[in-house]
Amino acid sequence: MEAIDQSAVQEKINHFANKDVYIHLETTNGAYASHFDETAYNVGAFIRNAKVNYQHGKIVSTGGSYRVGLKLDIGWVYAEGVSDFEIDEKDRLLLAGHDREGRLMVALEISEEPFTHEAEEHE
Amino acid sequence: MSNKHILVIFPHPDDESFGTSGTISKFRAEGVPVTYLCGTLGEMGRNMGNPVFANRETLYTYRKKELAEAAKELDIDVELLGYRDKTLEFEPLDELAQHLKERILAYGATTIITHYPGYAVHPDHDALGAAVVKAVELIEPGKRPEVWMHAITNNHEDELGEPDFVFDIEPYWERKEAAIRAHLSQVDGMMNLIENHEQTSKQIQRLKREQFYRLTLSS
Repeated sequence: MEAIDQSAVQEKINHFANKDVYIHLETTNGAYASHFDETAYNVGAFIRNAKVNYQHGKIVSTGGSYRVGLKLDIGWVYAEGVSDFEIDEKDRLLLAGHDREGRLMVALEISEEPFTHEAEEHE
Repeated sequence: MSNKHILVIFPHPDDESFGTSGTISKFRAEGVPVTYLCGTLGEMGRNMGNPVFANRETLYTYRKKELAEAAKELDIDVELLGYRDKTLEFEPLDELAQHLKERILAYGATTIITHYPGYAVHPDHDALGAAVVKAVELIEPGKRPEVWMHAITNNHEDELGEPDFVFDIEPYWERKEAAIRAHLSQVDGMMNLIENHEQTSKQIQRLKREQFYRLTLSS
């Protein structure tokens, strides 16, 4: 992944608009947060392969990182804190935000094909 | 040839290296075969390397290779069980247990090393440990392997008392360090700890002492 190029990402978001696409959306502070710090909370959520069709979407700079919102017919997809991006060899848009140690904090990914969901289906 | 066979059953590539690679090395030094049944590929791990080199979609490819390397360091076999990271606790316990029972019998395991359910911090650790206990319960008494359970919670000794087995793995420390290092995408924090801390520090001492509780079944 590399630092987000806002116009490249916006172009890709536009490309996926008004198509059936699959979303991976995730945020996490890890399974060990309250193990290493008793006062911390373990918080995380992910949805893998939500099938959506969004009208339009936008990436907004917050100075350092970005927010992304995708407008659905009956709702929204939203992520804050993404800073890195990649358009991979399967033409998927991968967005993620990492902490100082390189640990993933948030991810939003968009693909026209479902993301892998079984451990051993790939390769 | 040893007629023993140790099965290590944990959910993630790297659990074997952090928790038990000293003990594994000790068994291998004695000529006892060891197989690691690895529950998932750690696809949902949050460490992506530091500096970052993996992403959510490529992480499993790295972790698979890292596990193979660690297994080479430890001279053990690996079987991937094919579940998905973070989801083990949501699988039907009976199905998991049946699957494990079949593998345990197929290997003719004499001792199983797994997590202590309820004392293993990560939900996948607790879930797979519980499934191992259940699997062994399904085997008829007399044919059951011993089960050694690895506890991780900070306060486990307060609740569980002294562990049944304590291994000072200092003689195998280099091997353990190499196995941990093989998990490159995951271990930046741990390698910093190993390199920057006094070898006598609490965390390092913890890594050099591997301990287990023996499962006792009533029937």
